[in-house]
Amino acid sequence: MWDFLVDRRGQIAYQAFQHVSLVVQCVLLGTLIALVLAALVYRNPVATSLANGLSAVGLTIPAFALLGILLAPFGFGIAPAVIAVTFYATLPVLRNAVVGLAGVDRSVIESARGIGMSRPATLLRIELPLAWPVILAGIRISTQMVMGIAAIAAYVLGPGLGGFIFTGLARLGGANALESALVGTIAIVVLALVLDLLLLVVGRLTTPRGIRV
Amino acid sequence: MSDPVPTPVAPAAPERRVSGVPIRLEHVTKRYPGQDRPAVDDVSLEIAAGETVMFVGPSGCGKTTLLKMINRLIEPTSGRIFLGDEDVTNQDPDRLRRRIGYVIQAGGLFPHMTVATNVGMVPRMLGWEKPRIAERIDELLDLVGLDPDVYRDRYPRELSGGQQQRVGVARALAADPPVLLMDEPFGAVDPITRHRLQDELIAIQGEIGKTIVFVTHDFDEALKLGDRIVVFDVGARIVQYDTPEAILADPAEEYVAKFVGAGATLKQLTLTRVNSLELRPATTATVGEAAAAAVARARAAGDELIVVLDRRGRPISWPTVAEVSRMTTIPATVDEKLPVVGLGSTLSDALDTMLAASQGGAVVLGRRDRLAGVVTVEMIMDVVQRTRQEAAG
Ligand SMILES: Nc1ncnc2c1ncn2[C@@H]1O[C@H](COP(=O)(O)OP(=O)(O)OP(=O)(O)O)[C@@H](O)[C@H]1O
Ligand SMILES: [Mg+2]
Repeated sequence: MWDFLVDRRGQIAYQAFQHVSLVVQCVLLGTLIALVLAALVYRNPVATSLANGLSAVGLTIPAFALLGILLAPFGFGIAPAVIAVTFYATLPVLRNAVVGLAGVDRSVIESARGIGMSRPATLLRIELPLAWPVILAGIRISTQMVMGIAAIAAYVLGPGLGGFIFTGLARLGGANALESALVGTIAIVVLALVLDLLLLVVGRLTTPRGIRV
Repeated sequence: MSDPVPTPVAPAAPERRVSGVPIRLEHVTKRYPGQDRPAVDDVSLEIAAGETVMFVGPSGCGKTTLLKMINRLIEPTSGRIFLGDEDVTNQDPDRLRRRIGYVIQAGGLFPHMTVATNVGMVPRMLGWEKPRIAERIDELLDLVGLDPDVYRDRYPRELSGGQQQRVGVARALAADPPVLLMDEPFGAVDPITRHRLQDELIAIQGEIGKTIVFVTHDFDEALKLGDRIVVFDVGARIVQYDTPEAILADPAEEYVAKFVGAGATLKQLTLTRVNSLELRPATTATVGEAAAAAVARARAAGDELIVVLDRRGRPISWPTVAEVSRMTTIPATVDEKLPVVGLGSTLSDALDTMLAASQGGAVVLGRRDRLAGVVTVEMIMDVVQRTRQEAAG
């Protein structure tokens, strides 16, 4: 095990970086998409339940199945991996953003409108900041989940630590197979914890003092 | 600043300044979708510039709906609304609202912004220069009785309910709007705080002279604050629109009489304000000065109590001469239970305050929380006696 680590440390570090980079970028993109979608639907009850339904159903689609479907139009490589990971990253953020925006105290919104703040300004300056802790919780869930899903993206030859797991599992019983799968898995768990910690810090820094719990 | 000489600090009766504009509603109707009766049914109403007009009436009668049509948070189904000579029904609503102060229950403060940011919101939207906004914020906090240095950087949750409400009022006044709309602003605070907030509103209104429309459930609040009261029935039908005195003396319908309630003599206490009494001057002492000097002044004036003022001239405690004579210097201790009323307080508030503090008198605050004198239970009983005699004779 130790030898495996030392021998492949360059490769492991490179794939770990690729993995985290894929996850971070997809979560950022997914958050952006989720916020735009939430802003479009949160004032309309029908659209809101549609969005909630979408995030609930979307999360039940097996990652393998989605990747398989994406293979047909996009082929092997980075594109299907990014699309699938972003898809899963979007859903928890979308759900939390809708819940968070709906949970903002009506009287606060009314007084914002009452003193002459426009709708977009109210959303940007009042509703989003107040919903931010809930949205951020969604981003954390999404990041954790997507760390695992990004490993499966190795199935379509996407970048990241999934490669170690898949090659390991494919040659189980062979030399270094177990080590390969274990290293991939453990690295993902450790990186997920580190990312979560970072998000916690980001949360502290970006939550206005007036609404910190 | 504050002089330790015992002086009656009777305020010079201020010229009433009017900065408000009249409001005119013409045949205003609001029909909510899916309801057979309009919530507001063909209402016409004129409110004079600089007056405080109170909306009272049963729950669901359309007070809030009518109020919100003035700043177009609710769009009228038909009818016109004028501020001054301007027809506001066709203006850009956001622009319009920046010129109309709006205060709701619990202040509706933005919890993620500091007091200063909250108060400076409208000036910022109007594109004022930063230094001017900062100056205005301090001026307003001072106006509503909050020390800017202490409260500027606090968040709403770090304030009491009454303080939040004060900030709400300051925010509404930030851009000096001619009109102030208030929807049960003091509905969520305890009675003592409510009385103080009412007193402060009266004092502030005395300085600024806005046109104020104020919705309330509390008829005593309407009597106390209103230059005029509108009594509504369902569909915002105007049952009576008159001065508090006239409504008490001559309710337009059985319905108003019920609303006014019993005990008309005692209600007179609600109509008589502290500033109509000849207040007793008080011996004052400033924090940090020698106690003996204050005691000597009190003895010379024949006072049994000494009002202790902080360095800004605001009363903070009210010890007896005996207590003070045991001290060397006047302490800065703030008496949380100090009975205080404003010049605009009604005699009934003053009695309440004294009862709550178990004291036979109360300290009267004038403008900006400066001492105006003291009022005693005997002075109030005199008024009751006189009213009784007038009613009998
Ligand atoms: N957004 C709305 N949609 C439908 N009906 C409404 C709406 N807002 C108010 N109403 C109805 O209009 C009527 C008047 O409501 P409004 O809020 O103006 O009453 P109010 O006099 O302010 O009552 P309260 O003293 O309880 O605050 C009520 O019957 C209420 O149910
Ligand atoms: Mg109401």
